[in-house]
Amino acid sequence: MRFEKPGRDRKAGMLRRAGKAALFCGLMGLALSLQAKGSTTIDSGDTAWMLVASMLVLMMTIPGAALFYGGMVRAKNLLSVMMQCFAITALVTVLWMLYGYSLAFSTEGMHAGVTNLHSFIGGLDRVLLAGLTPASHYQTVPESVFVMFQLTFAIITPVLIIGAFAERMKFSAMLCFSGLWLTVVYLPVAHMVWSGPGSFLGDLGVLDFAGGTVVHINAGIAGLVACVVIGKRRGWPHTPMPPHNLGYTVVGASLLWLGWFGFNAGSAVAANGSAGMAMLVTQIATAAAAIGWTAVEWISHKRASVLGIVSGAVAGLVAVTPAAGTCGPGGALVLGLIAGIVCFFTATKLKYRLGYDDALDVFGVHAIAGIVGALLTGPLASPKLGGFGTVESLGGQLWIQAKGVAFTVVWSAVLSWVLLKLIDRTLGLRVDTEQEQMGLDLAEHEERAYNLS
Amino acid sequence: MARNMLCCNKTNYEGRDMKWITAVIKPFTLDDVREALAEVGVQGMTVTEVKGFGRQHGHTELYRGAEYVVDFLPKLKIEVAVADEQADHVIEAISTAARTGKVGDGKIFVSGLEQVIRIRTQEVDTDAL
Repeated sequence: MRFEKPGRDRKAGMLRRAGKAALFCGLMGLALSLQAKGSTTIDSGDTAWMLVASMLVLMMTIPGAALFYGGMVRAKNLLSVMMQCFAITALVTVLWMLYGYSLAFSTEGMHAGVTNLHSFIGGLDRVLLAGLTPASHYQTVPESVFVMFQLTFAIITPVLIIGAFAERMKFSAMLCFSGLWLTVVYLPVAHMVWSGPGSFLGDLGVLDFAGGTVVHINAGIAGLVACVVIGKRRGWPHTPMPPHNLGYTVVGASLLWLGWFGFNAGSAVAANGSAGMAMLVTQIATAAAAIGWTAVEWISHKRASVLGIVSGAVAGLVAVTPAAGTCGPGGALVLGLIAGIVCFFTATKLKYRLGYDDALDVFGVHAIAGIVGALLTGPLASPKLGGFGTVESLGGQLWIQAKGVAFTVVWSAVLSWVLLKLIDRTLGLRVDTEQEQMGLDLAEHEERAYNLS
Repeated sequence: MARNMLCCNKTNYEGRDMKWITAVIKPFTLDDVREALAEVGVQGMTVTEVKGFGRQHGHTELYRGAEYVVDFLPKLKIEVAVADEQADHVIEAISTAARTGKVGDGKIFVSGLEQVIRIRTQEVDTDAL
């Protein structure tokens, strides 16, 4: 028998590989589900879905994010953005194989309710994917598929950050930052949330179904810190820097929307009712956020813009990510609307008010929608608000969620700042003025995106 | 070569019975202008895509709260070299064909033309038009 919602599993064999089993950590009525999960055989339906979901999430980065971001930069920087997406994909894959998976998902030394070093970071017992065979499994899917699925999350998270420092960072500095950031910031947070009993944030009871804290708040805050440390683009905000091809951005956003079903529904790690509900609430929240953003824009600027509606959709996708496993359709509708409206203000007003050049609004969209989503995930998990979680007190879970958000914000901000300062002192973060004016495509890669005549 | 091609400074300007007519027009009027010019006997022209502004205002663009005023509007620049006696017809043809009556129809600039050489045959001036 397979149960319909992911939950915790304390069986000794599973402990070693527990990861997303902690999706509904803490307050989720552990004991009830513990015995139901007896399955140790590989399920072909679950496996087929997770194979597809892994590909969908990879598609979110290449070409999804590459096009989404690429369309928003100026023509002279298109290739630099696409190159960064592609290069991070390759770099993170290798790091994941070498030690990333082990540091994120090894459960060595972890014990439920015990806070020790391994509550924060995985052990080294799975370095080089030691022990992985075709027969190893994670829940009902081959572990190889789980390694691949989680790898695609590790890829997209540093990719999201590049939007903040687009059009001015050295390629070499970007590679160093991405590799170090993955190691120092992402892997521990993924471990703290997803590695099962004994994980720091998991044991606190933080709900994060598909990565609102791990991926979006983490990346969004790093983006804010990065754009402040590296400084504004020359001429911003007085020189016009309009998106050079919003068509790319629409295609990219559409691929993100589609790929996000792999991200959210795939986070059930099974082809079951939880995955189906995650898919549906993802669709609803995304549509609601697109409408929310567009409505506010229409009222305040008298126009409904293309960049606005796709930005709203992305805000909705981000916001529903932590909630996708526990909120109901009605909760998703409300969550999406709120995220779309809030992000409209943070991406179009706050940035200019405070004067930080977050070029493609990584903070304004990802961090803010991530925080809105992470907080509301708590109350919206309650059956009183149409959710499917076992949250006892709305305020209580909101407080737990807030602690998770606050921890992630501080963790990401402080460590990202240290890494960026370190790289700035050694390699230098920024290209020189002449290179920036020439554009990173020519200056860094000696190529041009458009050779039209 | 029959003439000194470097003879270009203004004090030596002689205006050899030719005019250099430059018109900046709205892009969509090009076909009408080309036909009108063909009717008055113009046998060639150069067309360039240009941007600029005059009395016609530009527009604003807004991307996630970043508002840009776009002053420069796309226009076409037509350049025609003609004999003096043809000039008035050409000016009238362009004026009529490119006119919509709304602000932004463009301008016609007329100046004397000192020298023309057809590269293939080395013919000069009106023979080369």
